[in-house]
Amino acid sequence: MSDTITLNCLGNGSIALVKEVVAEGLTRRRLLDLGLVPGTKVEVIRRSPVGDPIAFNIRGAVIALRREVAGKVLVSPWG
Amino acid sequence: MGLTYQSTGQLTTREMFDAKSDNCDYIIALAGNPNTGKSTVFNALTGLRQHTGNWPGKTVQRAEGNYIYKSHRYRLIDLPGTYSLLSNSADEEVARDFICFARPDATIVVLDATCLERNLNLALQVMEITNKVVVCVNLIDEARRKKIQVDAAKLSERLGVPVVSTAARSNEGLPRLIELVSDVASKRVCPKPQPVSYSKDLEEAIARLEPRVRDVIGKDINPRWLTLRLLDGDTRLLQAIENHLNAGRTAPVVHGRRRDYSNGA
Ligand SMILES: Nc1nc2c(ncn2[C@@H]2O[C@H](COP(=O)(O)OP(=O)(O)OP(=O)(O)O)[C@@H](O)[C@H]2O)c(=O)[nH]1
Ligand SMILES: [Mg+2]
Repeated sequence: MSDTITLNCLGNGSIALVKEVVAEGLTRRRLLDLGLVPGTKVEVIRRSPVGDPIAFNIRGAVIALRREVAGKVLVSPWG
Repeated sequence: MGLTYQSTGQLTTREMFDAKSDNCDYIIALAGNPNTGKSTVFNALTGLRQHTGNWPGKTVQRAEGNYIYKSHRYRLIDLPGTYSLLSNSADEEVARDFICFARPDATIVVLDATCLERNLNLALQVMEITNKVVVCVNLIDEARRKKIQVDAAKLSERLGVPVVSTAARSNEGLPRLIELVSDVASKRVCPKPQPVSYSKDLEEAIARLEPRVRDVIGKDINPRWLTLRLLDGDTRLLQAIENHLNAGRTAPVVHGRRRDYSNGA
């Protein structure tokens, strides 16, 4: 588990696999509905200049997440 | 919830959604993820003769229009594009409430053929609420360009609902879509969606709770789906049900075709 980081820590263009969503309630529901279930590959498309929000490619759709929300997704860097 | 289905007699009417059911035989909803081509399907079917406005009490845009097929009049309602029906954004509540309470005669779920995996989540959620679903795998031209093949027959078999591949922008597949919608709306075809099964613990909880939900709410809302939402702790849905129960009691009766509630509760 030493290589586990949160989704908001990834740099542009990097790819990671979802390990766990640690949010609760509606935020958790929303993240799961966006397709962020364990094993899903996520790519960082672009960070805005201030670093918030961050655009990700999740299962073929570009989705922007606030840094705080992305911080609730545990991932391991891929490749 | 203080109110029960029995105490108020009936749940809700389509009139609450301003989906006036006079001058039409069937009400058809269009659901799908954002940017999958819902409005393109809508415009192709209704020939742009649409009426736009907002959903009652919401600032979510809504469009409805009509078409005629084999001398039946269909009213098409373009629902907001959503990834889910469960996360409680205004858009998702509009889409969910319409499917759940207005109970359209058929719901077309428009999917993006180039990323089915992401799109099927919503299709499955709709199919948990209603069996009257037609899946429209749109952007099939884009998929072909990307060398993605979609086996519509296989998908239909696996999902348990009719599936048609379309390229709405060039009208491909739309005549077949209209035909399938007519089959489902007229009940000539009765889709049997594959039920989503959950973990053993959850299924046990569902088995315990569902009969009681059925007693209280009748069959107007799919009892298994409602049970799942209760287990989810979805208080917004409970609130919506309560609103609809109250409104059902006090709503002015609008002329037009009404659901037959006589064998309800
Ligand atoms: N190539 C191709 N493009 C399509 C097709 N259907 C729709 N489009 C295009 O896809 C884009 C989105 O279509 P819309 O109909 O606006 O999608 P929508 O689902 O209504 O989008 P939202 O309402 O924003 O959720 C438009 O540029 C359409 O012209 C299709 O079958 N093939
Ligand atoms: Mg649209």
